[in-house]
Amino acid sequence: MAAQSAGGYYVPHGSVWPILGSVALFFLLGGAASLINDDSGPGMIKFLIGLSLLLVMLFGWFGTVIKESVRGMYNAQVDVSFRLGMVWFIFSEVMFFAAFFGALFYARHYSVPWLGGEGDGFATNALLHPGYEAVWPTNGPAQVGGPFETIPAWGLPLLNTLILLTSGLTITLAHWALKVGKRGALVGWMWATVALGCLFLYFQGTEYVHAYQELGLTLGSGVYGSTFFMLTGFHGMHVTLGTIMLIVISLRCMSGHFSKNQHFGFEAVAWYWHFVDVVWLGLFVFVYVL
Amino acid sequence: MAHHGDHTHDAAHDGHDDHDHKPSGFFERWFCGTNHKDIGTLYLVFSLIMFLVGGSMALVIRAELFQPGMQLVEPDFFNSMTTMHALVMIFGAVMPAFVGLANWMIPMMIGAPDMALPRMNNWSFWIMPFAFALLLSTLFMDGGGPAGGWTLYPPLSIQGGNNVAFVIFAVHMMGISSIMGAINIIATILNLRAPGMDLLKMPVFVWTWLITAFLLIAVMPVLAGSVTMLLTDKYFGTTFFSAAGGGDPVMFQHIFWFFGHPEVYIMILPAFGVASEIIPTFSRKPLFGYQAMVYATASIAFLSFIVWAHHMFTVGMPLGGLIFFMYATMLIAIPTGVKVFNWVATMWRGSMSFETPMLFAVGFVILFTIGGFSGLMLAIVPADFQYHDTYFVVAHFHYVLVTGAIFSIMGAVYYWLPKWTGRMYNETLGKVHFWLSTITVNILFFPQHFLGLAGMPRRIPDYNVAFADFNMISSIGGFAFGLSQLLFAWIIIDVCFLKRGQKATAGVWEGARGLEWTLSSPAPYHSFSTPPKIDDRMLAHGDVAH
Repeated sequence: MAAQSAGGYYVPHGSVWPILGSVALFFLLGGAASLINDDSGPGMIKFLIGLSLLLVMLFGWFGTVIKESVRGMYNAQVDVSFRLGMVWFIFSEVMFFAAFFGALFYARHYSVPWLGGEGDGFATNALLHPGYEAVWPTNGPAQVGGPFETIPAWGLPLLNTLILLTSGLTITLAHWALKVGKRGALVGWMWATVALGCLFLYFQGTEYVHAYQELGLTLGSGVYGSTFFMLTGFHGMHVTLGTIMLIVISLRCMSGHFSKNQHFGFEAVAWYWHFVDVVWLGLFVFVYVL
Repeated sequence: MAHHGDHTHDAAHDGHDDHDHKPSGFFERWFCGTNHKDIGTLYLVFSLIMFLVGGSMALVIRAELFQPGMQLVEPDFFNSMTTMHALVMIFGAVMPAFVGLANWMIPMMIGAPDMALPRMNNWSFWIMPFAFALLLSTLFMDGGGPAGGWTLYPPLSIQGGNNVAFVIFAVHMMGISSIMGAINIIATILNLRAPGMDLLKMPVFVWTWLITAFLLIAVMPVLAGSVTMLLTDKYFGTTFFSAAGGGDPVMFQHIFWFFGHPEVYIMILPAFGVASEIIPTFSRKPLFGYQAMVYATASIAFLSFIVWAHHMFTVGMPLGGLIFFMYATMLIAIPTGVKVFNWVATMWRGSMSFETPMLFAVGFVILFTIGGFSGLMLAIVPADFQYHDTYFVVAHFHYVLVTGAIFSIMGAVYYWLPKWTGRMYNETLGKVHFWLSTITVNILFFPQHFLGLAGMPRRIPDYNVAFADFNMISSIGGFAFGLSQLLFAWIIIDVCFLKRGQKATAGVWEGARGLEWTLSSPAPYHSFSTPPKIDDRMLAHGDVAH
């Protein structure tokens, strides 16, 4: 009997990957903390050890799961557990972004107007920040980071919106091809999605370079720069992760890992991709347009 | 509910080791294991160690406060002790203890073989010791550990030394652990219940954990976001919490408490669940108002999202905000009152007996209610202007967390220890532990109400001589309470390692009902390898005709 108890419940065998992942996180984050503190100690070495271990862990753990999945060890009940896991993971990601959207809304609707003298902020404005007017975008009464310009919504950001929306379409077409068993179309649409993800990241990178080199807009440009780069930056990191996931899934599609009826790995990544898509729509509206 | 398909049975033979038995090696079992009982044990042991570590920090605080004037430690180290004591107790003691109980009990209570995602379960646990190694290491760094309070309010918190980055990354790790643990619990409850174990037949402990897990997934990422902003404000030049750049330090408090208030219920809802298991057993009656208990738990969870600013009434907020958060907070008394009345009604005319778990449960109901009432006092905005940041607040949250959460955890340990180990603990010592704890914890915390009402501020190592007497009494209570917990550790060692005490029967307690009591004591390594038949009469409660 392997990895399965008498009644047909699936109980996986033990695994070295979780404990390795914990050690990896310990080195990675401990090293990162030393690094940003400008310690002369072995911060970089710790960080690199952690990163390498984390990569080994990710390859190993996902590799084990893929192997077990391909062998058909996962029954319908396990499939539901995986689905629940992915749904609630995405929900946790939504709440992570909610914290930063919350910061954006709070700054725009409360802290900046109060600094400009609205409501109870009258005395604060008159005494501490005379002459400061509450407008958005702003880098605050002290003009932290110096003058800057913002990125107009209707240029690259609009193009990126179209790119991501199109990628949502291509991954759906890939899913359709998978369900009707057309592997050629499946693989084609998958790589199209990957290409669109890479294109998005390329444009996002261009936009950042433009902001830093020509517009004077940086992470340190007051609360506008803080919210702009943290929101778009974390989104960009998620698109990067999503693209890597898409690449893995595309390779797995080419290896024939998925069947018409059983392809949860594909679906999980598709859900994730739609999630980064929806977050982008929120960003486009609240960060760029409004 | 999805059930296994027989066709997968054969496909699963892959020639690995035999999993109806324990893994053979120490490393394989405790470091690489996937068994919910082993992982639950790890959580509980870790929690007990952290409880003693955090308790030692509390004793440093109480020793310094024994007399007015500076006696033993530097002010910064004192503040570091208050900060670390809170972080260790919240994230290291209370939360892992409840996750440990969930790991042990939920599969047994719903008729499952294990948790839904066993390997992730292992990872959830094993992140914790490393996170705390990172956190506690700051105490040994130049500049010492974090000393700005566990709430990490800027600008103070980010004016600390090198510790800031380590503390923030440690919090990130704890968050990852909590989120994975919570996802696992939700997946287990929704997907692995035995046929016939309908949602409204589940034990209340399972229900409270389902709702708690939802709260965890909803708010731990918000905490991660808020501390990430602290990190970038300190190290990368952002100005989220600096007025100079258009941000606002108060914004941190809003984001933090949007996490922080649900967090409070994360630490108390499972305690409600434990009380709802123990009280019916020793009253020999079904739980009164089962469905009301479930709906009350859900209502409390909902309200927890719209009351956060009651932690910051004095910080400066529009009047409409003050009034909204005051009334929303008071509303929580209604579902909480439903629970307290239901526990009392469960005991009403029951044939009660007072073994140690029941003593802790009854102590919980009474003492938690005291903490609830002082919470209502704090909810009143004009009164809170007086109480804010005084020892009255300290007394309040220690009543709900020590005599609330921790009393319920101890009750749960005594209640289920015979099921876990197959042996009864020493009942006399258990009762001594209860009475010592209950008397000393009141000597410790009750005088702090008076100190707070008289105006003694919290998080200050020195104080006006007018506060001397009550502080001395409180410190004596603190040391007595701390030492009493060594008895608790001894009782556990006595059962687990010395293996003294009678062999426990499957049912253990005369009035016990529920699936976990149908398994042998100690419970088999894989709880239910085939789904059990659900006999409604054996359930302690649930939507069944009594």
